[in-house]
Amino acid sequence: MYRYDEFDAQIVKERVDQFRGQVERRLSGEILEDEFKPLRLQNGVYLQLHAYMLRVAIPYGQLNAARMRKLAKIARDYDRGYGHMTTRQNIQYNWVALKDIPDVLEELAEVEMHAIQTSGNCIRNVTSDHFAGATKDEIMDPRPWCEIIRQWSTFHPEFAFLPRKFKIAVTAAEHDRAAIRVHDIGLHMRERDGVVGFEVHVGGGQGRTPIIAAMVNEFVPETEILDYLEAIMRVYNRFGRRDNKYKARIKILVSETGAEEFTRLVEEEYAAQQESEKIALPQAEIDRINAYFAPPEFAEKPETSDAFERAKAADPAFANWAKVNLHPHKVAGYTSVTISLKPIAGLAGDATDGQMAVMAHLAETYGFDDIRVTHAQNVVLPHVALDDLYDVYRELDAAGLATANESLITDMIVCPGLDYCNLANARSIPVGQEIQKVFADPAYEQDIGKLHVNISGCINACGHHHVGHIGILGVDRKGEEYYQISLGGRADEKAAVGQIIGKALRHEEVPGAVKTIVDTYRDLRISADEKFIDAVERLGVEPFQEAIYAAD
Amino acid sequence: MPLIKNGVEVEDTWTFSEDVSNLPSSGCITVPLAQLTDYADTLLSRNQQIGVRLSPADDPHTLQPYLDRISLIEIDFPKYTDGRGYSQAQLLRRRLGYTGELRAVGHVLRDQILYMNRSGFDAYQTARADLANVVQALKEYSAFYQPAADGHSSVFSRRHTKA
Repeated sequence: MYRYDEFDAQIVKERVDQFRGQVERRLSGEILEDEFKPLRLQNGVYLQLHAYMLRVAIPYGQLNAARMRKLAKIARDYDRGYGHMTTRQNIQYNWVALKDIPDVLEELAEVEMHAIQTSGNCIRNVTSDHFAGATKDEIMDPRPWCEIIRQWSTFHPEFAFLPRKFKIAVTAAEHDRAAIRVHDIGLHMRERDGVVGFEVHVGGGQGRTPIIAAMVNEFVPETEILDYLEAIMRVYNRFGRRDNKYKARIKILVSETGAEEFTRLVEEEYAAQQESEKIALPQAEIDRINAYFAPPEFAEKPETSDAFERAKAADPAFANWAKVNLHPHKVAGYTSVTISLKPIAGLAGDATDGQMAVMAHLAETYGFDDIRVTHAQNVVLPHVALDDLYDVYRELDAAGLATANESLITDMIVCPGLDYCNLANARSIPVGQEIQKVFADPAYEQDIGKLHVNISGCINACGHHHVGHIGILGVDRKGEEYYQISLGGRADEKAAVGQIIGKALRHEEVPGAVKTIVDTYRDLRISADEKFIDAVERLGVEPFQEAIYAAD
Repeated sequence: MPLIKNGVEVEDTWTFSEDVSNLPSSGCITVPLAQLTDYADTLLSRNQQIGVRLSPADDPHTLQPYLDRISLIEIDFPKYTDGRGYSQAQLLRRRLGYTGELRAVGHVLRDQILYMNRSGFDAYQTARADLANVVQALKEYSAFYQPAADGHSSVFSRRHTKA
């Protein structure tokens, strides 16, 4: 994991002091809410329905035990004892008092954390594959470049007042778990003739106008990537629309300009950069940051573990959990563990301070002090020995953290919805909980297999409904909550926007409709090996439409 | 409106004129970019110094032929949230080599001034920020990750330069 040097520490400290001053000026009335807004917004402070919300950055989802304990302490001391993991791999606190926020930021700085640029029209937290550095299917660890991009984008003076917010994601694995094609910029690490570089995708996004990104460059060598990003950002800053908030994201610029012309503008700007304008990242700096991400010292172990096999045979609940929540590790005898924050009828992505403490302890004891937050609002221990799994499981189970549903239908992405958010049109949380109850039987759920249900309470799409295999969007119809269902969306390397299947349904009809869709899939799939999303791709949406709306 | 230049309050000797057909006969004048390009010969042959005011959508490259003959470039921020002026400033300073006064006008707030300074501005016309506040704002950070128009070395390179 990256550790701050004196520069990083100094910059974060100066930010805390600066924000303390800004809050003091706000509380004393020296500046008005209107003027305070851009300041708090670039610090992750939102005014929500009930209180100020604080969003803390977890760069590329990376935590360790000390950071997790600090997040637990903040939940306990300044909030109501819990925090909410977000789809940008961040954590949000919903009940923090404005006057306390400078103190919270100071506590965060103690563990090398901050809330810089977690909101506002600037470059936001860089996200990545939550299995980075552990998964078998990556060509290298993308985190060093996430860190370099984090630093480059922090307080970038030219790009702090962009037309709209800006999100960058990086992956280095063939199977894209970072959803790079629905980001403003998505970077896929490649290697060509021994040179590390990036395939560059621009202009993807969700929200009101879901668009899959265009590839603007097949390969930008790593030594040039920051300069190339500057060129993209400048084209966007100069030419992105500012007349309409809903048309201000870079996806609209790319689609209105045309991907080809947009690419030409970027290439032209890039070619015009003079030597004196280049960032000139020293190779020694790339090496320095890479060194922080050296793999931990894994023990030499056989592929299989007797202890693990014995425990599975003895404890069916453990066997069931292990079947679902583990991801193959690049080192023999190890695995990556997903800790689901989606208990049946719970609050998606929420963790209590006690649960955070348990996760911290497990990471420290069994997991090389490494913890990740996933964009699906779960937590991952990326490096756990198979030999230790049963101990890990029992501790998780005791803390209510052993839900066995990773990537299954009850592992939904759910936005806060009307219960918390002042943008929402409809509630999301209860809809998610009601659907979960329909699929609570583990045998049924596992028979269905991998299936992402994503729920948003409004068209801003924080619940990623466009890229849910089943997407659910809450809409308001004359004061009543209705839900629009779409099928076939996906955020991976075959990214696609889901297709709306028919008229919106009433709240109480939604769980039944989802069950109908799922059972239709089970009837029509070629075999249990054909995943839901593949079946929808093969069959189209018609059989599902018919099953739901035939009675009308 | 107070004018702050290089960290101190100075007297503003410039007047902005939308319409060049009715210019005062003396004094330093800034005009909109389109007026400068349309009436360049007349404007640049005046005895007084001439300046230009850029709107957010203006392309700074248009100024290239005039850069050695103008004494002031104002960049207008109609709203502080419109960040195009930062790119205009960086282009003028770093790509086009403009070395004269670069002034931020319009909705210029204390908390944006550091970013402006880093982007190449050296003068600020601001309604509310007083001198002490601006000087303070410019000192809030001692290190910067990325190079910009203010000449600071980036943290990336400072880490590898022996002090």
